[in-house]
Amino acid sequence: MTRYIAQRLLILPFLMVIYSFVIFVIIQAPPGDFLTAYVATLASSGSSISADQIAALRHQYGLDQSFVVQYFLWMQNLFHGDFGLSLEYQRPNADLIGEQLGLTVALALFSFVLTWAIAVPAGIYSATHPRSLIDHTLTVINYVGVATPNFMLALMLMWGAFAYFDINVTGLFSPEFVDAPWSFARVGDLLFHIWLPGLVLGIAGTARLSRIMRANLLDELNKPYVVTARAKGMREWRLVLRYPVRLAFNPLVSTIGWYLPALFSGSLIVATVMNLPNIGPLLLRALINQDMYLAGGILLIYSFLTIVGTLLSDVLLALIDPRIRVES
Amino acid sequence: MTPLLSVRDLRVSFQLDEGVVRAVDGTSFDVQPGQVLGIVGESGCGKSVTMKAILQLVDRPGQIDTGEISFARPNGEIVDLAKLSPRGATMREIRGGEIALIPQEPMASFSPVHTVGDQIIEAILLHSHRWEQDGRKITRRDARDITVGLFRDVGISMPEQRVDAYSWQLSGGLRQRAMIAMALSCKPRLLIADEPTTAIDVTTQAQVLALLRDLQAKYNTAIIFITHDLGVIAQMASYVVVMYLGKVMEQGPVDAIFHSPKHPYTRALLRSIPSMYGQTRVALPVISGALPHPFNRPPGCPFHPRCPDVMAVCSVGVPRLLPAGDDQLASCFLHHTAAEPV
Repeated sequence: MTRYIAQRLLILPFLMVIYSFVIFVIIQAPPGDFLTAYVATLASSGSSISADQIAALRHQYGLDQSFVVQYFLWMQNLFHGDFGLSLEYQRPNADLIGEQLGLTVALALFSFVLTWAIAVPAGIYSATHPRSLIDHTLTVINYVGVATPNFMLALMLMWGAFAYFDINVTGLFSPEFVDAPWSFARVGDLLFHIWLPGLVLGIAGTARLSRIMRANLLDELNKPYVVTARAKGMREWRLVLRYPVRLAFNPLVSTIGWYLPALFSGSLIVATVMNLPNIGPLLLRALINQDMYLAGGILLIYSFLTIVGTLLSDVLLALIDPRIRVES
Repeated sequence: MTPLLSVRDLRVSFQLDEGVVRAVDGTSFDVQPGQVLGIVGESGCGKSVTMKAILQLVDRPGQIDTGEISFARPNGEIVDLAKLSPRGATMREIRGGEIALIPQEPMASFSPVHTVGDQIIEAILLHSHRWEQDGRKITRRDARDITVGLFRDVGISMPEQRVDAYSWQLSGGLRQRAMIAMALSCKPRLLIADEPTTAIDVTTQAQVLALLRDLQAKYNTAIIFITHDLGVIAQMASYVVVMYLGKVMEQGPVDAIFHSPKHPYTRALLRSIPSMYGQTRVALPVISGALPHPFNRPPGCPFHPRCPDVMAVCSVGVPRLLPAGDDQLASCFLHHTAAEPV
C-alpha cells in the first residue's frame, strides 16, 4: 500500500510537466498577446499608446521571445516556486492566487460536505423505500436539481431574496466585513453567508450523487449476503448500513477524484454571478486579458488538484475495499 | 411427539404487474425434532419460497396469504411464524438463533468487504444468550474463540488464520464450510439448507454432505434439505416431500418414496435419474412436456398436462393430499377421489 502511494507520488512531477506544457500551449493559442488586449482596452476607453512604448513593454515582458524560450523561462521560475508577475495587476501571481485560494477552498469544502451529507442519506432512504411518496418526491427534486444550471438557480435565489425579503445574498461577507481583518465576528459572518453559495454550487452534485447512491444500493439490496444478514436476525436498519450501504458506497468514493477540481472550476460562472471572492472570476479575467502567467498558474493548480484528487480517491477506495487493498 | 415445525396450507403469492404468481399454493408438512426432511422438486416449484416464508424473508412483492407455520420454541412455547411481524423482535430472535439458513451460493452470501470471522462473530453476539453460562457475558474475544472452535468443527484447517480471511480468499468448499459454521454458530434447533451443494463441484459436494450428516448426528439438529437432486435426498433425508408448482405431490419416508412411489410425478422424477448401467448414446428419459408458465396454470391437478396416467377427472378437480399406501401421502386421483373444496 505504502509502495503503491509512493509510486503514484513519484509519477506526479512528470505528469505536472506534461500538463504545464499543454496548459502553456492552450493559453498561448488565442491570437495576439497581453499587449494587443491591453491596447484594445485602452483604445476602447479613448486613450492610446505609442508603438515604441508597446515594443518596449513587449521586450520587457519577454513577449517578443519565441514560444519555446517563453515556456522554458516560465518553467525555470516555477521550479524556484515563482509563479511570475501578473501583467495586468503588476503584482506577484502567487499573492493574487493566495488571496483567493483560502476562501475558494473553504467554499468548495463546505459545498462538498453539504453535498455528501444530503445526498447519501437521501439516496439510502430512496433505495430502502422504493416507490414510496418520499422516494417519488426526492426523484422529482433530483431531476430538477440535475437539470437546472446552477448559475440560473443562483440568479433566481438572488432575485427572490432581494425582491421578497430585501436581503442581498451575493458575496461571502456583509459589506462591513469585506475588507475587515479576520475576527470571530468575520468568521461568523462568513458562516452566515456561505450557506447559499455552498448550496447553489452543490445542488447538481447532490442530485446526481443521491441518484447514484439510490441505484447502487437498490442493486446491492438484492444480493444474497443481505438475505444472510437478515437470516442472522439483525435489525433491518443496522444490516442495511453495515452491508449493502458499505458496498454501494465504493463507486461513489471513486468520484471524489474529479469532484474536487470540478468544485473549483465549476464555480466559475456561479462565482461571477454571485460576486464571490473566488478563484473562478480571477481565472476568467486573466483569460480574457491574456494575462497568461496568472491563467497558467491557476490552471496548474487545477491540474495538481485533479491528480491529487484521483490519487486520494484511489487510496480511499483501497482503504475501504479489501478486494482492492489485498490485490495491489 | 409434537413436531418442531408444522406447516399447514401455506400460500405465498407474488403480485406482479403481469398478474399474480401463486408460488406456494397450499403446502403442508411437518418436521420432527432431529429429523432430516428433504424437499425435492424442479426449479420454480416453490421450495425456496416456502423456506423463505418460514423465516419471514419473502421479498416484496411476495406475501404470505394464508396458512400456519407453527414452530416449537426452546421454552416450549408454540408460535405461528406466519403471524409474526417480519421485522419484530421475536422473529429476529428466532432467525439465526433458533432457525438458521445455509444459503445456496456461499460466495455471494458473504459480504466481500468483511472477513468471514467478522460476520460469524456478529451472529454469535446477536444471540449471545445462547452461549452464556452462569450469567457471564459473551465478549467479542469469546465470540472469536467460539468461531475458531466452530471452524475446527466443520473441518476448516488453520482456523485461527481463516477467521480473518475474506470469503473470496477461500475455496468453494471452505466457503460453504464457513457458511455452515455460521449457521451452527447459535445452536439452532432447525437448519434450513437451501441447495447447499448446488454451487460447488461434485467432490466437495460429497464432503459437505458428509459433514452435514456428521454434524446432524452430533448436535441432533433438525434439517430441512432443499434440492432438485434425488441422489442427495437419498443420502441425506429420512423423510421426503415432493413439490410441483407450489403444491405437495407426495410425501413419505425416504425408502417408501424411492421404492414404491405413488404419484406419477414422483415416478417420472425417479425415471429421469441417469443410471450408471444405462446404455450409452441413448437419449436420457425426460418428463414429457414443459413446466407451465406461472401465469397460466392448468386447471385441476397441476401435473395433469404432463402426466402419463391422466384421467378425465384430473383437469376438473384438484386432488387432496391423502394417505396412499402404508405410510405415504399423495395428491392424486389414482389413489382416492377426494378433491379440494373449490
